[in-house]
Amino acid sequence: MSAEALPNREAVSAARSRGDGPIDMIGLVLTVITILVALGSFFPIYWAVITSIKPDGEVISGSNSLIPNRVVFDSYIHIWNNTNIGIWYINSMVTSLVITALVIVSSAGCAYALSQLDFPGRRVIYMLILACFMVPMQALIVNHFVLMAQFKLLNTWAGIILPQLIVPVVIIVYKQFFDSVPKEFREAAQMDSAGHLKILFRIYLPMNWGVTASLGIITFIGAWNSFLWPFLAATGEATMTVPVGITQVKDAYGIVYGKLMASAVVAGLPVAVVYLIFQRRVTQAIMLSAGVKG
Amino acid sequence: MLRDKRQEYLVALLLVGPFVLIYGALFVWPTIQMAMLSFTEAPLIGTGDWVGWDNYVKILSHKLFHQAFWNTAYFVLLTVIPNTLISLVIALAVNRLKGPVQGFVLACFFLPYILPVSVVFLTWNWIIDVQYGLVQGFVALFNGGKPISLTRTIPLFMPTVAFVTIWWTMGFNILLFIAGLRNISPEIYEAASLDSAGRWRQFQKITWPLIWPVTALVLTIQLIAQLKIFDQVYLFSIGGRQDATITLVQYVYKLAFQQNKGGEAATAAMLLFLMIIILSVLQYQLLRARGEK
Repeated sequence: MSAEALPNREAVSAARSRGDGPIDMIGLVLTVITILVALGSFFPIYWAVITSIKPDGEVISGSNSLIPNRVVFDSYIHIWNNTNIGIWYINSMVTSLVITALVIVSSAGCAYALSQLDFPGRRVIYMLILACFMVPMQALIVNHFVLMAQFKLLNTWAGIILPQLIVPVVIIVYKQFFDSVPKEFREAAQMDSAGHLKILFRIYLPMNWGVTASLGIITFIGAWNSFLWPFLAATGEATMTVPVGITQVKDAYGIVYGKLMASAVVAGLPVAVVYLIFQRRVTQAIMLSAGVKG
Repeated sequence: MLRDKRQEYLVALLLVGPFVLIYGALFVWPTIQMAMLSFTEAPLIGTGDWVGWDNYVKILSHKLFHQAFWNTAYFVLLTVIPNTLISLVIALAVNRLKGPVQGFVLACFFLPYILPVSVVFLTWNWIIDVQYGLVQGFVALFNGGKPISLTRTIPLFMPTVAFVTIWWTMGFNILLFIAGLRNISPEIYEAASLDSAGRWRQFQKITWPLIWPVTALVLTIQLIAQLKIFDQVYLFSIGGRQDATITLVQYVYKLAFQQNKGGEAATAAMLLFLMIIILSVLQYQLLRARGEK
């Protein structure tokens, strides 16, 4: 999001500083305050990480040192040995990746049909998607639970995955992008007697590769982070996802703080890494989906 | 030509099929089932007698439902407007910065937003911990030198959770505001500085009116999101007096999963459902009215 907006921003600040004289004291103070507040906002995350690598004795010594005197990984070793965090990780990875793949594939197909094909029932499907935006998934927890119980899917990967496949915003974003692909591409391909599936996979999806990446990343983050449904669907320790598992352990931990922070760091790490690598994609996806809601 | 049409229908069916299956089975069907269930006295799993509107009468006069409603309203009040204002101020501050400094500052504000709720909960629960929490030194100043539990003291519970929620979610709002601010043409500010309009006047006369559509969007997105609040409130209340801080989704959860009252839980869910649909329609109308202007 920064590349194209850069000249714009520079023009603004140039115009402003011209008006404010050569040395912009107020501006400098504001900048320093902004950076301090930003560091303050980051601090809780820093504090969690630091706590997780301090020895237990230092954590409860009351010294609250901002830099650990001694870095130890005891807390991480402890949670690895004493909780099912490895299994939770596998559960989270599998369910999040499957949700992402299914949502992307089914949404892209549906969006292509809505955007490029004429078929009976188009309007009904469109209305269904819009209705879906308004319905709170939280209200459906009772009947999702009943449904999953009927099919004996509680405490399974499928049971965790299925109700999370409802992500209507992905279809709408795809449709908007497919709508804006010039019709000539499709017509040229049809001259060469390419079928619609081929057109979708060879032209429309590759042309919108960036959108797919953004939507995939944000869907993955959402699936990894989701709490309420996995919390209901997985009651056994062996089927929990990481975000649920780390809140459910009531183990005899001794001094718990370091261990709890270690589990928090481990749970947050994948999404934090994904965000830091794909920052631009994440922000793009958020802008796109917020634009749809507007 | 007819063959082409038929082929087009087949392709459409193939492409739309997965969507129809997923949304039919996991959205339409459960919604119908919820409406049906709300008129019965069924347990969570199993069937029960049809009782008409009895559940609705019962829930609407249930004290705990009122408690849940007002707690949710209180939480909305504590989060939505403060979060919007704080986010706007931060967005204005971040928007002034340039290059890598801006990227760094934005990442600091945004990082919490992508973390799972349980990570947010564990982190803050440690920071506010009564025994060793970092903020207790500060809290003690206001409590005669004694530490106090911010989540077990009922009047402090919602403000504390609201504060954590604002910290967690403001990155999203900041992002929307920054995008809105970048859409304001720099020439307008340039003209204003030529007229030697001060910063505050520029904000009043240019930024605020031009950013208002984004503000309205942020307000309504949050309003609906916070009505559905469950995760943080539930997590912070584990082990405490949960009824005192119960919210609407939590009320549904309690009826269904702790008291095994499927019918009544569906009724409560229907009421929540209606509230949010009404608000969504209002939001849609509001935003459309804005777009037509």
